[in-house]
Amino acid sequence: MDTILQLLSELHEDIDFEECDSLVNDGILDSFDIVTLIGEIADEFDVQITADKITPENFNSAESIWSLVSELMDE
Amino acid sequence: MKNVLEYLESTVTRVPDKVAYSDGTENMTFAEVSRCAAAVGAYLLDKGAGGGPVAVLTGKHPHAIACFFGVVYAGGSYVPIDDEMPETRVGLILDNVRVRVIICDGSTYKRACALADEHGAEAVMCEEMFARTVTDADRDALARVRRRQIDTDPIYMVFTSGSTGVPKGVAACHRSVIDYIEALSSTLCFDEDTVFGNQAPLYFDACLKELYPTVKFGATAYLIPKSNFMFPVKLVEFLNEHRINTVCWVVSALTMISSTGTFDTVKPEFLRTVAFGSEVFPPSQLKIWRQALPGCEFYNLYGPTECTGMSCFYHVTDELSDGEPVPIGEPFPNTDVMLLVWGEDGGARLAGDGEEGELCIRGTPLTLGYYNNAEETDRAFVQNPLHHHYHEFIYRTGDIARCNERGQLVFVSRRDHQIKHMGHRIELGEIEYIAAACEGVTNVCCVYDRDAGKIVFFYTGTADKRQLTVELRHKLPRYMLPNVTVKLDEMMLTPNGKRDRRGLYELYLKTEKK
Repeated sequence: MDTILQLLSELHEDIDFEECDSLVNDGILDSFDIVTLIGEIADEFDVQITADKITPENFNSAESIWSLVSELMDE
Repeated sequence: MKNVLEYLESTVTRVPDKVAYSDGTENMTFAEVSRCAAAVGAYLLDKGAGGGPVAVLTGKHPHAIACFFGVVYAGGSYVPIDDEMPETRVGLILDNVRVRVIICDGSTYKRACALADEHGAEAVMCEEMFARTVTDADRDALARVRRRQIDTDPIYMVFTSGSTGVPKGVAACHRSVIDYIEALSSTLCFDEDTVFGNQAPLYFDACLKELYPTVKFGATAYLIPKSNFMFPVKLVEFLNEHRINTVCWVVSALTMISSTGTFDTVKPEFLRTVAFGSEVFPPSQLKIWRQALPGCEFYNLYGPTECTGMSCFYHVTDELSDGEPVPIGEPFPNTDVMLLVWGEDGGARLAGDGEEGELCIRGTPLTLGYYNNAEETDRAFVQNPLHHHYHEFIYRTGDIARCNERGQLVFVSRRDHQIKHMGHRIELGEIEYIAAACEGVTNVCCVYDRDAGKIVFFYTGTADKRQLTVELRHKLPRYMLPNVTVKLDEMMLTPNGKRDRRGLYELYLKTEKK
């Protein structure tokens, strides 16, 4: 989870990612961020986030991104 | 034909009630586009704002396009400004063009008013302009403007990155746009049944590919909301829902779909033409696309904003060997491309077989140059060095290319520090210029990691890395923000005392990239 927070804060220093749960709905993350995140997550955790998992729900908070990554690591 | 509005005027008599532009929620038919454009034209003439540049600052919405045509009706040129452009950049653009009117909509009204105050202009909502009833007197006034319009009058200014930190406004006229749209349409076989899925922002010349063929043929263009490009499955579902059959996108939008395995979940069902450009398409990703859509035609497009849009095309076929970079192919009809090798004396000769040369373009698609910037214009638009018999301008792209064994043009590299990043053309110098002006920054240097697609930014000074990043976010467009920032104790210099880009790049490869 800390790694996810770290990755997110590198994209936007000014956002409190522990609290925010509307990263997509409020337009904080854009397509550049999503593409960057997917790449960084692949490097850090060695998991591929496939298209069917790239949804607004899965990217709305650090929490939801982390649970997606955990789920993929367990597979 | 001498005026781009003739496209709209002939189509609206044929298919008035067909949807011209849509964002998936709101539509405008050709009749509505035509009526609104005439109303905007009449409104501007009334204000005495015909004939000059007019800024259009709206959301990505069909009504923006009606405003563009409206400005042309008034005999002026539209300057599209994106709502997401940072303050500094918009300020520099408005300093350059000095508009009297900024057309906005409900979503941009506040910002437009603030900008108008600052730049001595007036902000007007497009809805207010559309509501005007076009009277007979208005029609006469518009007709008088039309009679005096000629095809070398500018119709828009779009701004590209400038190495001195000031964006350059490329001005294009009716003639070059018409020439480009005719060549592009015949090459890519657009027709009345074409349904475009537009990706390019409206402040970019790249959107000409959809906007103008739509009015030429009576086709339909969907302006795909930006947020769809974050979620590949949603994006493909949008294409299918609206039966979109033609897309001209930046490479990164296409690879986002192919690299995430989207085709395992959903495939575009109606696509028949996929054009891409502005960047190199990784051969492995292109292969995934071609396998998923065997009935689809793929085109690589290449061209600078300074030559209106695209200048060269390559129709992808099986002749490409595995892993071979996709050529940029051959020039469009009525465009000539020369590979020039320049001598010390300023003269030049054509490159020999397989020899590298600077890609230079001549022909009608050359734009009018940079608005209010004679110096930069004279540097890029020069007399054809192969003769001095009469005035003939060519545009020097700064791109180095060569011909392959099949006689097709292949992109090799850039001559300077311009890069292509996420489909945008960027001068590293512009980032450096803006960054150097930030608080507590002494020296700066940017390099580009082409393989990873990352802008790497080095700086020295007292500025805190985090604070500096926040400041840059306010001053630079999103796509120009450095992906990696490195604070140095001392700037790395070459023996001549210049910033050592190569050394810094190697330092980055060794340390930052792990």
